[in-house]
Amino acid sequence: MSLISLLIVAAALIGIGLYGAFSQQSFVMLMMGLELILNGVMLAAVGFWAMTGAGAPEGQLLTIIVMAVMAIEMAMGFALVVAVYRGKQADMTESLSGFKH
Amino acid sequence: MTFVDLTFFVCAAIAIYAGWRVFRTDSMVRASFFLLISFIAVGIIMLLLAAVYLGVALFFMMAVEMMVMALFMMMFMMNPAGLNPMNMVHQEKVAMGIGIAAFVALSGVAVFGDFPSRPVPDGLDPVVSLGKELLGNSMLVFESAGVTLLATMIGVVAMTSHRGRFGEANEGSVPPGLEPGGDPAGKPQENDQKQQGHHHHH
Repeated sequence: MSLISLLIVAAALIGIGLYGAFSQQSFVMLMMGLELILNGVMLAAVGFWAMTGAGAPEGQLLTIIVMAVMAIEMAMGFALVVAVYRGKQADMTESLSGFKH
Repeated sequence: MTFVDLTFFVCAAIAIYAGWRVFRTDSMVRASFFLLISFIAVGIIMLLLAAVYLGVALFFMMAVEMMVMALFMMMFMMNPAGLNPMNMVHQEKVAMGIGIAAFVALSGVAVFGDFPSRPVPDGLDPVVSLGKELLGNSMLVFESAGVTLLATMIGVVAMTSHRGRFGEANEGSVPPGLEPGGDPAGKPQENDQKQQGHHHHH
């Protein structure tokens, strides 16, 4: 387990997450892509803390902040799904046609 | 190969494979459980890296979060059980290109980057040092996260309210068409009523 292998795993998670966030039509699946990106970010942050940070506690703090971002993203995402469903009776990104120019 | 290395490679393979399966399964509920598996594998890797608190916190947080996600899947999705084949994507080629490009670029940074080797010193308790940081120098950051979460709660309640500032939230809401740009699905009742002799004057 080296820093390089850790970062490559994190890069793979971020890449898969980006693919999901850009390709999925359903809002909840899109949010899963975002979560996967944050999963990779947390792994990279912990990897840097453990291998290059000499135990500086700010590395762990960064991961705690990413977890808070994740909780906020989930809550706002689900609220958006509910709000869009009320207005359009669907949870697809395509149903927000008012955002097209 | 030591036990730690072996566990790492197994967990890394599980995390990536489960992450990929999230977008390749027909069932929305199964997708959220695949994501949970991916998070648990990353949590185990964090435990291997001695980030004990973060790994365990990830287990608890994700177990609850993915249950909520599975519930939302059942409430809103057309295919929660995966009984029909399903692939709801747009601009898939572009998305795949973006994902692969990000992976190659970040892996390039990992392989060719010059990072110092400064492991966690012996005798340092990661949980104690994190606690002292959270309630010491970085207390403002930590408290800001709490205030932001409170603001999120208020915003979420406002966004999901039945009644907004401008009337009912679902006023004038019609279901989407079965085809893009088509008539709203499930609205033949008006014609039925006309055939039965009921006249509505609008």
